[in-house]
Amino acid sequence: MTVLEAHNLTVSYDKQPVLWDIDFEIPSGQLVGIIGPNGSGKTTLLKAAMGILPADSGYVRIFGKPINEVRERMSYVPQRQSVDWDFPATVMDICEMGRYRQGKLFGRLSKIDREIAADALERVGMTSYRNRQIGELSGGQQQRVFIARSLAQQAELYLMDEPFVGIDAASEETIIALLEDMRSEGKTVVLVHHDLHTAIEFFDWIVLLNTRLVAAGPKADVLTEENLRTAYGGKLNLLSKVTELIRKKEYPLREKRRTE
Amino acid sequence: MNSNLLWVLVGCALIGAGASLVGSFAYLRKKSLVGDAVAHALLPGVALSFLIFEEKSLWVLFPGALIAGWLSLLSIEGITRYSKIKSDTAIAIVLSVFFAVGIVLLTHIQQGNYGNQSGLDSFLFGKAAAMLPRDISLFITVDLVLIAAIWLFYPYLKLYSFDEAFARSVGLPAKRLEFLISTLTVLAIATGIQAVGVVLMAALIITPAAAARFYTKRLSSMLGLAMAFGVVSGVGGVFISYLAPSMPTGPWIVVLLSFMAIFTFIFAPHRGVYQRYMSQVRHRRKMNDENVLKLLYHLDEANPGLNYSSTDLSAKRYFESGPLQETLKRLSQNGLLKSINSRYKLSETGHHEAMRVVRLHRLWELYLNVRMNIADDHVHNDAEAIEHIITPELEEALLKELGYPALDPHSSIIPGVKPALP
Amino acid sequence: MNDFWIILTGVLVAVNCGLLGAFLILRKMSMVGDAISHAVLPGIVIAYLVADSRNGVVMLIGAAGFGLLTTFLIEWFYKRARIQADASIGITFTWLFAIGVILVSAFTGNVDLDQECVLYGDIAYVPFDLLFWNDQTFGPTPIWLQSGNLILILATIFIGYRGLFITSFDPGFATGLGIRTGAWHYALMGAVSLTVVLSFNAVGAILVVAFLVVPPAAAYLISKKLPTLLWLTVLFGILSAVSGFYLAVWWQASISGSMAVAAGFLFLVVFILSKLINVRHKKHESIRFSESHIIAPTP
Repeated sequence: MTVLEAHNLTVSYDKQPVLWDIDFEIPSGQLVGIIGPNGSGKTTLLKAAMGILPADSGYVRIFGKPINEVRERMSYVPQRQSVDWDFPATVMDICEMGRYRQGKLFGRLSKIDREIAADALERVGMTSYRNRQIGELSGGQQQRVFIARSLAQQAELYLMDEPFVGIDAASEETIIALLEDMRSEGKTVVLVHHDLHTAIEFFDWIVLLNTRLVAAGPKADVLTEENLRTAYGGKLNLLSKVTELIRKKEYPLREKRRTE
Repeated sequence: MNSNLLWVLVGCALIGAGASLVGSFAYLRKKSLVGDAVAHALLPGVALSFLIFEEKSLWVLFPGALIAGWLSLLSIEGITRYSKIKSDTAIAIVLSVFFAVGIVLLTHIQQGNYGNQSGLDSFLFGKAAAMLPRDISLFITVDLVLIAAIWLFYPYLKLYSFDEAFARSVGLPAKRLEFLISTLTVLAIATGIQAVGVVLMAALIITPAAAARFYTKRLSSMLGLAMAFGVVSGVGGVFISYLAPSMPTGPWIVVLLSFMAIFTFIFAPHRGVYQRYMSQVRHRRKMNDENVLKLLYHLDEANPGLNYSSTDLSAKRYFESGPLQETLKRLSQNGLLKSINSRYKLSETGHHEAMRVVRLHRLWELYLNVRMNIADDHVHNDAEAIEHIITPELEEALLKELGYPALDPHSSIIPGVKPALP
Repeated sequence: MNDFWIILTGVLVAVNCGLLGAFLILRKMSMVGDAISHAVLPGIVIAYLVADSRNGVVMLIGAAGFGLLTTFLIEWFYKRARIQADASIGITFTWLFAIGVILVSAFTGNVDLDQECVLYGDIAYVPFDLLFWNDQTFGPTPIWLQSGNLILILATIFIGYRGLFITSFDPGFATGLGIRTGAWHYALMGAVSLTVVLSFNAVGAILVVAFLVVPPAAAYLISKKLPTLLWLTVLFGILSAVSGFYLAVWWQASISGSMAVAAGFLFLVVFILSKLINVRHKKHESIRFSESHIIAPTP
């Protein structure tokens, strides 16, 4: 079953295309890594998948449907640095956020909600920290709390943005083990990975990006020397010239079409 | 009356110049609002000076203002550095608390029996009309100091403002530069509150710089332009309040300045909102023109020699009807189309132009296919967009890159490819 | 009795402003709050000009619209005109405030406002600003207004607690859940605008910033949980208002100013104490304004 598909997805920021004509499918139950050099659009792809960023053209389908219809089945773990960890909140406060819902925002969390949150915290091994203020945690611990929040949502698809940045080795091991558990439970985990070399072994499926899609598929098929060179070997000259032109002159990237 | 007006004009011009110079650096370093806080913070300094010396001359009050200004900068830095409070909150705290202290001192003075204190509140909103020649001498001194300092340390200031991280990495004495910039800032602000008061002083710091930046990326031009904005608004504000004597000068300076800035933001060439909008309109027109030409070219390729009405064209490719009519008219007027009874065909020039667009389209498709490994059926949409953008230089580069090809990914002929002479 | 009304007004203003200000601080929007408090001035002057005794409150609510207008203007400058975030804020509020001052001086005769009142309000007048209804007085009008505002704010925070919590902490995640972060943002800005306008009489346009930001900032230094932050904000607000009043009597100075100074002093004390007790904090960031500081959170 295809869990996530992108079709002709083009996303721009400040009139410069960040993702251009992206086209791929991800089957369920895989650990998927989105990799590519800096600025290749990895985080943008995640945000477009979550519907946080609008697409210039093309679309993303999750479980075959538009994002807004399936939000309860997916979970988003933002980059750790996107949040202010000085915020006055405890570990448990953050974890319980996973039980919030758009419709259920007013009113109390039920006993079951709290149990689910507590279980999620237990799974990441942070139960003893439940009443700590989040700023007192190490990077790895913070990341685990984020993942606990995600688990509390009890989703089928998890989208994570660079979860391995700046965390200690022990936390990294814990998280990898956790993700492998999730995979054996049939969940799909798609994560943007910041690095080409570390932790690459545990991915099943890779999406290799450099503004364009370089390759997508099982790890062995994608991580060929030629693909890596295309992705990492420096931007193609003509392509970047055209991109720059688009940006400078603010060309509308797509014309109006009857169907769009 | 006239000579008084002259002093006021000169004074406000000088103030506008100094503030906008200093504000340019603050703008580049994204510290404009710190200037706002410093301006508010000067109030207690001025009030305290008065309490101690019981005199209202600017030269006496100035040191108090300077100390207060410095203190506020240190406080903002200290709060941000030594606690989890974020910079914007630190600025708001210092701004409001220092100002409150100033208000307390001010109202205390008003209650008391300090002779000679009326007019101290002129620092709140500025009282340009009360400028005296000896004040002008202070302004001139400050401006000279500012210009001299900027002149002397220009390369360091420039580097530090545009790229602080890099400046530090190449060993620039950051602390001393910071001290220099801060001192200059406090000087300029302490001078300026005479004209516009503590509350509106931020405008003189922020707005000229923002407007000037819109026209140029070069520091020297930006400084000059900002100064021009500062001086013009200073002088203009004085004139307005001279013509309508009940009007306070300070706010009019700010209103004038803001209008100039907003006008800039909308109508400046290239970056102005209006310009960008018009540019988009032009691009859409070009796209529509070229799409119509292209369509006629393809139709000609299939069935040469026929005329087509707009309805015919709409049937083959999606066009919004209003723009389509405009496009057809425009192309006819420009001689690219021949029209007989609302039916159209390509003229010679039109044919040539259409060929160019089709060539670019197919070249780009080939490029995507061959160099980017994009499948044949995915390249068309992309080329639809890019064909309108490729310049003649890019076209030449494309041709070279692809080796002057004859066929596109769909095995259609790429029209008009002239191989390079050996 | 007069003293009591004045102190109570100060307390209510401090609490109302502080509670909203706590969220402004958390969302890094302190300076937007500052901008709003300055920019409502033209709206207030127009309200004074246009209103009569019956629809005064309604007019003030219209003035609060200027506050929302400010946020739209700031966003326009930032997103459409592509000006830096900090300059967008600065240009907007100085311009609107200048217009307000011009209006004040142009209509001095017709309007019960002068320049001093604009800056620091006239809280001493509160006991005499009585609410009349059917020839009976019901206590000072500002007390009623502020109390009504308080009820609104408490209700909002109570009912919207989780929405405020999640949109303040992690708007990206909130959007992922399908929560309309933009709506929450504008609701908060609207509440701030309304509160600022209603507090104008008492504390003026600039000191209100002190009430918005300083007590919550002090609470922020030592709070580990959001409820604690809010409770401490209330406590610190009350302390500032009460002690400020008595300081004003002692110093023979502006009451609202003294309340703000008291808040500042309280902040200083908490700051020093928290350093001595070594409450842990994040390492410092440089003073840079960025997108997150001014606009509706789109991650």
